[in-house]
Amino acid sequence: MEEEHVILSFKGLVTAELLASVLQIMETKMESMDESPKTKKKVFNVLVECLQNLYHHVDDNTINTQESIERKSALVMISKENGVFTIRTGNYIDIAKASDLKERLQIINSMDKEGLREYYQTSLELSMISTKGTAGLGMIDIARKSGNKLDFEFLTINEETSFFCLNVKID
Amino acid sequence: MAEILFLEASAKTPSVSFDPITGKLELRGRSIPENSIEFYKPLNDWIDQYAETPKESTTIDIKLEYFNTSSSKCLLDLFKKLERLNGGTSAVHVNWYFEEDDEDMEEAGEDYQAIIKLPFKMIEVEEI
Repeated sequence: MEEEHVILSFKGLVTAELLASVLQIMETKMESMDESPKTKKKVFNVLVECLQNLYHHVDDNTINTQESIERKSALVMISKENGVFTIRTGNYIDIAKASDLKERLQIINSMDKEGLREYYQTSLELSMISTKGTAGLGMIDIARKSGNKLDFEFLTINEETSFFCLNVKID
Repeated sequence: MAEILFLEASAKTPSVSFDPITGKLELRGRSIPENSIEFYKPLNDWIDQYAETPKESTTIDIKLEYFNTSSSKCLLDLFKKLERLNGGTSAVHVNWYFEEDDEDMEEAGEDYQAIIKLPFKMIEVEEI
């Protein structure tokens, strides 16, 4: 029987402290793994972008009530099966933002390696950095580094909210 | 004149060594802060000040293990400042280091090379 080995999983608020801890744990765990430095770096790199996407996605202006904490919580799971790493994330997102994101992900998935390179370079050159420090390059970078198509799904929760699932494979 | 800028590396930021006497600049380690602007602003400000009385030749060594996309935009801004400096009073060279087999970092260097008009030297090393 093929077994999927969960390396790390988390559900909750993504804070800067949590992000630092998850990265440190993953780094330590990967040190003892029999993987090429190249793969380890890719996993780490993609994980940084995924976690920072979750971190920046959270709107800090709202007061934390039980409901808002639930709404801002995210899921992260890192697993390895037959030498392939999978990074899964899940987070709530406004329906309006979800359709934009879906469109961007479809564009990214329609591109080959060379197309992604050009798309990244153009986006890097033209992008303005937001006050949050994001440049809108995260998903392109994740797709480039993973070398695989991004597997995603949007689950409708209610009229305003959708749940965004992203699966990234690194082999 | 700009004073030497030296910062120790942290878990999320690279070490920085910008020396106005030798014209040698170096970034080394990883650059993955959530918000890079805060970290890179003093570096960009330093280059503005250095550009007032630069050395004839300026070299920047980029020895990064990896960087996030937030840093990639800040790095571009830094290279753009150096690009302007290169057009004026100092000859600027970029040494882009990457570890053996690390095609991601090699490609990252090529991305900047495609955008920035500065001489890039790609240097493959065993370990950064």
